[in-house]
Amino acid sequence: MNPLPVLVLLPVTGGGLAWLAARIRPHSARPSARDASWWTVLATLIGETLVLAMVTFHHTDHAGPWLEHFAAPWIPVMGIAFRLDIDGLSLSMIWLSLVLCFLCAFLAPRQDTTGAGTFHFLFLATLTGIIGTFLATDLFLFFFFWELMLVPMFVLIATWGHEDRQRAAMKFFMFTQGSGLVMLLSILGLVMTHYRATGVLTFDYFTLSRTPLSPALSMLLMLGFFIAFAVKLPVVPVHVWLPDAHTQAPTAASVLLAGIMLKTGGYGMIRFDVMLFPDAASRFAPVAMALGVVGILYGAWMSCMQDDVKRLIAYGSISHMGFVLSGIFGGSAMGMQGAIVQMLAHGLGTGALFLIAGAIQDRMHTRDMRRIGGLWAVMPRLSGTGLFFAVASLGMPGLGNFVGEFLVLLAIWHASPIIATLAATGLILAAIYALRMVNRIFLAAPRADLRPVRDFPARQMAVFACVMAFMIVLGLYPQPFMTFSTPAPLSVTAMPRPEGSAP
Amino acid sequence: MAATFCGGRNMGEILLPLLVLCPLAASLIAFACAGRVGAGGIGAIACAGVGISAVLGVVVSAILLRGPATGALQVMLWPWMRVAGFSADIAFMLDRISMLMILVVTIVGLLIHVYAAGYMRDDPGIARFFGCMTLFVAAMLVLVLSPDLLCLFGGGGGVGLCSYLLIGFWYDDPANTAAARKAFYMTRMGDVALLCAMLLLAGATGSLRIGTVLAAVANGQVSPTGVNMAAFFILVGALAKSAQIPFQAWLPDAMAGPTPTSALIHAATMVTAGVYLIARLHGLFAMAVPVMALMAVLGALTLLMGACVALAQSDLKRILAWSTISQLGYMFLALGCGAWQAALFHLMTHAFFKALLFLSAGAVIMRARHEQDIFRLGGLRHAMPGLTAAFVTGASALAGLPLVTAGFYSKEMILSGVWRAHFDLTHGWGAGGHPLWGIGLLGAFLTALYIFRCIFIVFCGKADTVATGRTSRLMSIPLGCLCVLSVCGGMIEMPAPLPRPHLFSAFIDPASLLPHVDEPFWPVLAGAAAPLAGVWAAWVVWGRSASVMRDMPGRPMRLLAWLAQHAIPGRAIMGTGRMTQATSTLIFRARTGFLDMLGVWAGRSAGWAGRLLERLHDGRMRRYAAWIAGGLCAGLALAVLS
Repeated sequence: MNPLPVLVLLPVTGGGLAWLAARIRPHSARPSARDASWWTVLATLIGETLVLAMVTFHHTDHAGPWLEHFAAPWIPVMGIAFRLDIDGLSLSMIWLSLVLCFLCAFLAPRQDTTGAGTFHFLFLATLTGIIGTFLATDLFLFFFFWELMLVPMFVLIATWGHEDRQRAAMKFFMFTQGSGLVMLLSILGLVMTHYRATGVLTFDYFTLSRTPLSPALSMLLMLGFFIAFAVKLPVVPVHVWLPDAHTQAPTAASVLLAGIMLKTGGYGMIRFDVMLFPDAASRFAPVAMALGVVGILYGAWMSCMQDDVKRLIAYGSISHMGFVLSGIFGGSAMGMQGAIVQMLAHGLGTGALFLIAGAIQDRMHTRDMRRIGGLWAVMPRLSGTGLFFAVASLGMPGLGNFVGEFLVLLAIWHASPIIATLAATGLILAAIYALRMVNRIFLAAPRADLRPVRDFPARQMAVFACVMAFMIVLGLYPQPFMTFSTPAPLSVTAMPRPEGSAP
Repeated sequence: MAATFCGGRNMGEILLPLLVLCPLAASLIAFACAGRVGAGGIGAIACAGVGISAVLGVVVSAILLRGPATGALQVMLWPWMRVAGFSADIAFMLDRISMLMILVVTIVGLLIHVYAAGYMRDDPGIARFFGCMTLFVAAMLVLVLSPDLLCLFGGGGGVGLCSYLLIGFWYDDPANTAAARKAFYMTRMGDVALLCAMLLLAGATGSLRIGTVLAAVANGQVSPTGVNMAAFFILVGALAKSAQIPFQAWLPDAMAGPTPTSALIHAATMVTAGVYLIARLHGLFAMAVPVMALMAVLGALTLLMGACVALAQSDLKRILAWSTISQLGYMFLALGCGAWQAALFHLMTHAFFKALLFLSAGAVIMRARHEQDIFRLGGLRHAMPGLTAAFVTGASALAGLPLVTAGFYSKEMILSGVWRAHFDLTHGWGAGGHPLWGIGLLGAFLTALYIFRCIFIVFCGKADTVATGRTSRLMSIPLGCLCVLSVCGGMIEMPAPLPRPHLFSAFIDPASLLPHVDEPFWPVLAGAAAPLAGVWAAWVVWGRSASVMRDMPGRPMRLLAWLAQHAIPGRAIMGTGRMTQATSTLIFRARTGFLDMLGVWAGRSAGWAGRLLERLHDGRMRRYAAWIAGGLCAGLALAVLS
């Protein structure tokens, strides 16, 4: 049995079961977070992990950068197939998604115990969309998953979010949906061009990559993809949805949004911009790098001014994603690898920061840093964890973000020393916003009206300790991840080899 | 013999990572044990971690000294980053420069830890304190042991973080955390400059190993402009780390932390990182003469400014902070003149006597009920004779009283290096070091003046302070050790015109041991006389007639002090803060305005479109039929014609 469709379909199936479990056994006598529905989610995630581990450690007989393939006809008339392929890049992104989902399952408290089943179903449906996005190599299927990940997330924000959730959810939906349509136009344009040139109607990624394109047309199509990914990443002029959505979303959804969903933008840029249209991408690179640097500076600048913890972290994400954008378009393998490491480190670090912000909100019932005050005296574990991840996000050498940022800066330096210097000054701003947060929440004078609150229990600390250890490993020994997560080239090895040609 | 040396080498390669690991482990244990182990236990763990590290430091130094003078112990732990066009490893290297540094860091660090175990006994946050202190030592060891600029940068980052945590240790007071942030931001600016230099060098050479980089620079692989730029950026980084002009403002504020922290930051670790960095890269700087000249001038200005400001201060710890800045100015002056051996020598002796001064000042302040204003202290020599002796020893070494103190020898080495210096700025046009030597001499006079002003006011005169308690054994033993080091630590190196011993030069850089026979002897005498004159002047002004001359020095010095404390980067940070506020409000307004407009516009256009669509399905069958027929015709026409 091929593991790839299982990987995609398992979460949504598990989500359905979780929903059923909550229907069959609605709230037992004591409403707790650990009900049947939650256990179903956990089982689903464990199953998913096992399948993924199988893909990771199962060496296929044909060597090559692509690890697994799956193809089944879907709508043969239009050349649409249910085609999934996995390489190191997709694999590492899916691992990141799973780790963050586990974090959410263990640590994210639900704001509201009502509708736990539905919540879990939507959560896992989003996961299906995300994993599908990372795997699909048929452009129509890719678009399908791209939209699929959007809808459950919209409902999650609009239903379980904070005070201003409706507006934030609507903004999120409008931006991503609108940009998705531009991508659809681009996909159709590419398919039609290929059809005109060769007479074959197909949505297959590998076939389409060989489409002969005029420079102007390839630039146009590339831009169509770029806009969709830029909204998701987000790149500065189209980032408007992000601070609201991240702030208003419930904790688990914030973690999913910041941790993984932003990465689909980066993934898409690598897979569909730089690799499908290399010439157009290299011509577009100066603009993209400039946009990245603008994002770095603007995000950090805005982050310095926030009073809302989650908003501060959200703007910090924009700044970090600027490094990813610059690295991807840096024009060298170094920048690409830096961007990937940055995505992994940012996913973990920001995910953990959102979990901590959520924990603070649960305990203090506010996200306003002016009203939180010094927590170190009452919650040393939570504060220590928060300090660690704040320091990681300011790019402390020895932790994951630094490796990514350094490689990206080095790659940009080859292209333009001035842009690299500007990007480096973003690190000063990063120090300002991270330490402001630390000195307003954790290491500050405790407020007089501070009620006694519960610190993280040892179990949760153990989970956080694992994430911290992973951040340190990523910072000090990133080489295996960098080797492992290199995107596979667009070579013919992608095609399943004819039988018998194997040596 | 060779075989045994090889054996020693292998052992050294095992011990070198352990040297870093011990304080790191102590730090992790201290953090993990917070609240479970008593104050004594935490102190013991921290002292044990640094102590083992100090012993290991002595052992690896012995192993290194058995090898040839230019030999080095290298340990490659694991590859850090390997990408096309760049590679870096996590590695350690011990040569003679880093050997000097690890001995200073671990031994002085150990003495400070022992003292702190007594000093911080009653603080509730002692676990956090010792966790940060040992982490600080570990980060500093990484910094001095790294053969790679990227590792060195990593150690620098760790040092900066720990200094932030320690300066803001008493976080209840917002002023303390603000001082901590200021220190971090300023050193971070330096870090970014250093990062730019690293990017430049890595872009040109593909590696940041110090050996590779220096070889590439020597071979002309990097263009002269590139070398100058890199040297300039590194200089900026070092200036920020070492609190030189224009970054001087963070160091006096850093006094907000507990006193052992100040001793650790000022004496053994953080501020010396900049000096070490430049001494390590002296081959690069030798190719960048304008940057060297700039460094010498900035060092000379800083040493004058620090001394003048120290003269106008009334806070005991702040006087010491400004004196640190001034002494670091001496080191930068020496580095700028190419006398990096002298800078390292002064770094070592300064570590001894400045730690002594801070620790004895801390003990004095503690026993005088936390009074730091020198004008409210007085006549303490009767109440605490031991501490007075310790402070006076440190002060004499700082002033450089001739022959009996360590400071004299190192300052003499710097001054003779400056005397010999010559800057060949452009072809045929250069400048000698004599004016700088004059500034250094003036600085020596001022140093003696301000520190003995402090002594005469605090310890002499009539006793008007009530001293309480006793100095515990834990605190007095380190003071004793540091006294011995401050007196004897310099006698290994006589001033250049004098005969032997010149052990330090022979140890650190045997190639520099050339006889300087043609040098006149009077500069040495001048260097010896300046501190004595300073002490005499201080006695005349403050010793004899304390009540009259208290307000000396007057207004001009105050103005200088104010200017120095509100330096440009500090202003810039404040300005940035205000500007961010203004611009973000502006951007926010503009954006909401734009979005609102967009929303209104979208709503209106949707209304129009809706009304238009409404017309289409108004329920009249005839019109529907017409639409269908029209659409079919159009479609058929398209199919036929295309």
